[in-house]
Amino acid sequence: MDVFKQLKDFYWPERKLLAASIVALAVATALGLVYPNLLRVLIDDVLIAEQYQWVPTIALTVVGVIILKASMQFVHGFFGGRLGNRVAYRLRNACYEKLQRLSFPYYDTAKTGDLMSRLTADLEAIRQFIGFGFAQILNMLMMVVFGAAMMVSIHWQLTLMTFVTIPLLAFTALRFEKRIHPAFQEMRLAMSHLTTAVQENITGVRTVKSFAREPHEVDKFLVRSEEYKANQLRASRIWGNYFPVMELLASLCIVMLLVAGGSLVIRGSLQLGELVAFFSLIWYIVQPMWQLGFHINNYTQSKASGERVLELLHQYEHVRNPEHPARLEPDQVRGHVQFRDVTFHYPDKPPALRDFNLDAPPGKVIGLLGGTGSGKSTVVQLLMRAYNIQKGSITLDGRDIRELELTELRSPIATVFQETFLFSASIRDNIAYGSPDVSDEAIIEACKLAKAHDFIMELPLGYDTVVGERGLGLSGGQKQRIAIARALIKNPRVLFLDDATSAVDMETEHEIQAGFKTLMQGRTTFIVAHRISSLKHADEILVLEQGVVVQRGTHEELLAQRGLYRETYNTQYADRPADSPAAEAAPTYDQGRRAVQ
Amino acid sequence: MSEQAARTANKRNRFVYQDDELIEKPFNWAQIRRLFTYMRPYAKQLLPIIIVMMVLGTATRLAIPALIAYAIDHAIYPKDGSSGSLSLLYWIAGIAFALYLVQWGANTFRIRYTNLIGQRIIFDLRQHLFSHIQKLSFRFFDKRPAGSVLVRVTNDVNALQDLFTNGVVNLMMDCVQLVGIVVILLVLNVKLGLAVMITVPLMFIVSSSLRRRIRTAWQDVRMKQSRMNAHLNESIQGIRVTQAYVQEQNNTAYFDNMNKSNMFAWHRASALNQSFGPVIEVTSAIGMLILFWYGSHLVQTSAITIGVLVAFANYIGNFWDPINRLGQMYSQLLIAMASSERIFEFIDEEPTVGERPDAKRLQEIRGDVTFEDIVFEYEKDRPALKNIRLDVKAGQSIALVGHTGSGKSTIINLLCRFYDPVQGRVLIDGQDIRDVTVESLRSQVGIVLQDTFIFSGSIRDNIRFGRLNATDEEVELAAQAVNAHDFILSLPDGYDTQVQERGNSLSMGQRQLLSFARALLADPRVLILDEATASIDTETELKIQEALKTLLFGRTSFIIAHRLSTIRHCDNIVVLDHGVIMEQGDHDELMRQQGIYHGLIEAQYRFLSA
Repeated sequence: MDVFKQLKDFYWPERKLLAASIVALAVATALGLVYPNLLRVLIDDVLIAEQYQWVPTIALTVVGVIILKASMQFVHGFFGGRLGNRVAYRLRNACYEKLQRLSFPYYDTAKTGDLMSRLTADLEAIRQFIGFGFAQILNMLMMVVFGAAMMVSIHWQLTLMTFVTIPLLAFTALRFEKRIHPAFQEMRLAMSHLTTAVQENITGVRTVKSFAREPHEVDKFLVRSEEYKANQLRASRIWGNYFPVMELLASLCIVMLLVAGGSLVIRGSLQLGELVAFFSLIWYIVQPMWQLGFHINNYTQSKASGERVLELLHQYEHVRNPEHPARLEPDQVRGHVQFRDVTFHYPDKPPALRDFNLDAPPGKVIGLLGGTGSGKSTVVQLLMRAYNIQKGSITLDGRDIRELELTELRSPIATVFQETFLFSASIRDNIAYGSPDVSDEAIIEACKLAKAHDFIMELPLGYDTVVGERGLGLSGGQKQRIAIARALIKNPRVLFLDDATSAVDMETEHEIQAGFKTLMQGRTTFIVAHRISSLKHADEILVLEQGVVVQRGTHEELLAQRGLYRETYNTQYADRPADSPAAEAAPTYDQGRRAVQ
Repeated sequence: MSEQAARTANKRNRFVYQDDELIEKPFNWAQIRRLFTYMRPYAKQLLPIIIVMMVLGTATRLAIPALIAYAIDHAIYPKDGSSGSLSLLYWIAGIAFALYLVQWGANTFRIRYTNLIGQRIIFDLRQHLFSHIQKLSFRFFDKRPAGSVLVRVTNDVNALQDLFTNGVVNLMMDCVQLVGIVVILLVLNVKLGLAVMITVPLMFIVSSSLRRRIRTAWQDVRMKQSRMNAHLNESIQGIRVTQAYVQEQNNTAYFDNMNKSNMFAWHRASALNQSFGPVIEVTSAIGMLILFWYGSHLVQTSAITIGVLVAFANYIGNFWDPINRLGQMYSQLLIAMASSERIFEFIDEEPTVGERPDAKRLQEIRGDVTFEDIVFEYEKDRPALKNIRLDVKAGQSIALVGHTGSGKSTIINLLCRFYDPVQGRVLIDGQDIRDVTVESLRSQVGIVLQDTFIFSGSIRDNIRFGRLNATDEEVELAAQAVNAHDFILSLPDGYDTQVQERGNSLSMGQRQLLSFARALLADPRVLILDEATASIDTETELKIQEALKTLLFGRTSFIIAHRLSTIRHCDNIVVLDHGVIMEQGDHDELMRQQGIYHGLIEAQYRFLSA
């Protein structure tokens, strides 16, 4: 019950609902016992005793009892539903808030699918258990107690004889749950394999078709599909074997009752009405036994679900706000960034950045160049304090970023990530994501700077076009340009472009750079890139290799040196014509085309 | 004005989650019939057994209350007032036990066979759907996001599972049971039977109207839930952007709204749902009233025995279950309607690139390629290629240069016959590619795509995708030839390293090398290379350049160039713009012409020096 103790905050405010639902259920269960008794009275005291004047009273009482019982059942269902729904609402909100706060280190290892299943299936299990499952377990106990008490009070020997096979039924029910449960899990697993296979096939359809591998894919699918079918059949076989047996065991109670109860009536030690009542009453014992396994399973499942949700809620937050934050007025940020002897490594990995030093006063453009895993992307993530560094210090306008509120630190910084992410929203809202109050004019302005305006206007719905996973597909370069507009519209003091123009052609990239150069006058810009042309205008270029700065200087200085920078330059410009770059008057692509036409 | 309103509405929405396709569809007989054609292969062997078992099980279940009534009236409390008969009681109990045994056997086999038939049908249907999708052409996939294709093969087929395993059989069983009870009640006593059954139409009316409301309420819940899940999923994937742009608070407020409206939808649905049982029970109270009152009257007048009264009480208790299930069955059918409609929509889709019935295998080719006055359009009246003529001799290398939308990729798509031209012909060794089988064409025309697709599985299997019967040595030789061997060996399990989910653990350049190995193994005469735009670090870049030489050696090759440095040595550089060939020739020729190509080359260095 420890799990449910920890979840107390979520359901305790609704304890009145819980109490009402349980009381109503108990009353309904108790009222259920009245009906067999009325039948007994009707047979023994009215029909056999020929006291027919009581018939209307009994008939009307039956109706009254049924109506009252039904109302109580509704009250239970209504309050139970409310309770479950409110608990689910609270829990879901809490999870969402937690997810918003958890920092990058958590998301580096978390899997979306896993998180989603906690937020959906696990939450649903908790809703069901708190809303109904818990009350059902209590009800089961009440049924057994009430039913047994009533039967024993009528005839205890008959009660014992009738339920001779009941332990066997309970045992079978428990075994059934034990076996069917793993089978269901395997079934789910087989389904997820099947889903993965199809998903891969569809996303990789170009590759499949270009190698004409459709038959191979159909065979692969066949295996998955067979696996799923076999698992389904295995589960249904268990079901088909156990269920009729449980039915048979319950039926044995009826046979026993018929034999034992029948002979008692014949011998005169039991009333006929009492026997008939027994036929109804046995379900008060049989049904809970039958469902014993189910309820136990339900409880363990909900407990496990609760644990998984709690695990998320109690997840350690790596990056937290300081207790006594230093103030940083948003409009006074100048954007002076300094890294001093910064060393950082991701968990269980060698350092991603070692003794890193950098001074970027406002107005400077810093270029970062390096291969995969050289640590260039790490720099931006450390600056926005997505991770905590192990050694050294990072300052913004001279203040250690660990002393600042995260909001105040991140507000003046705009980052364009390597992997562009657009939300399912209109292009307009995607651009206004970081600053919801901006005007349409400002959005258009930013898009013009990011060279996105023209292609947006060519879309049928323009800025209202919905993009994102379920929306219109944009090319990589188009997405990047929207992401750049999203950053520019924030009017940032520090702009960080992490390989943000890799899918944009060189010409456009050049224009974009020219655009934000004006905007970022007097502010700080970081550019991470593979292409020399992207960062050659930087005031300082840092060349990184495995977390260490191996070269730094301006483009000209670095070209003059022997090293990685020059090597990269030579690879990228291997076919450089001998008489270039003196070609000031050289036509651009469009001019060239016009010339030909 | 309304446009203005729409715009502000859009702006207020923050996120937009379009609703999924309809969950339910109206009842449609033609579709039901079509669905049941999948049952036909099993109609002769399995179905009769199931029906026999079902009837047997239901009959024994129905016999029990009558048997107990008989026991009461003849053995336990004989109506003539004589004392009971123990031996008769034992006989009856024995028969009851035997009936239960029959029921046990019948149910065991019924459950087993219904699942067998249901799972086979589902398997067949899924296989049919999937194989059909494999036959469909690019046009089909262009129009749809991967997710919407996926859910048809998984969710929509699964939605039919219940219908085929339990649904149909339960439907029959419930009908048999209902009819059985009615008949038994009428046989036991016509008057009481009719009187008690007055409630049945009432139950049907009440339950079907309530069901309809419950259904709409659940639909609302499902819609809200699916939107909420879409947002949750997205908020997890976009968390880095959210935190970088400090939108945690705004998102939390947005979500709270969503969550609240979801809760209210649940409140409504669960209240309605919970009212169902009680409402029906209240309706059934009328039947009980009649039974107790009128039944007692009939006992008083000796029209029926006490045993019959007890039997009536039992049968009435069994009446409600089938009616309830029939109602559920109807909801289930409506869901199945929507799912099967979506499945059949796909199955009815014809591949736009069809194989001619008399298509021959393409014999081993030399590699001459001709584009003969090709016109092509993806959408009506928006030509992507206008009158393209291109002659390529075996072994030549061709570079295609131009902006996005200039038609470079279209040329390639036509060569692989992913689409058919609107006018003109594509010839390989003088043969129209529409006259040969698709498989024999594509096995000789290879393509290396820009975004390399990595299947989950081992590295080895991924390379082997190029030629399924290649030996391990051949796989490794191919990897060595394209400089992939070293990085593969540095992975934890070398060639047996398992890669997951689109190969995300590999870098872009590594994936590219793998796809080179794949293509080399396939050993096509004509090779198409869609050069990657995204950045690759210098070291890998060098390896790729070297590997390319090996890969292209001795083949007819088409290169879609994004970086001009890689195509300098091509035999023919084709510059395209808006579907028209603007200029062609080798590097030196084009440079001398001082045309578009020359401009592009110059521009590259202008950026460098600007």
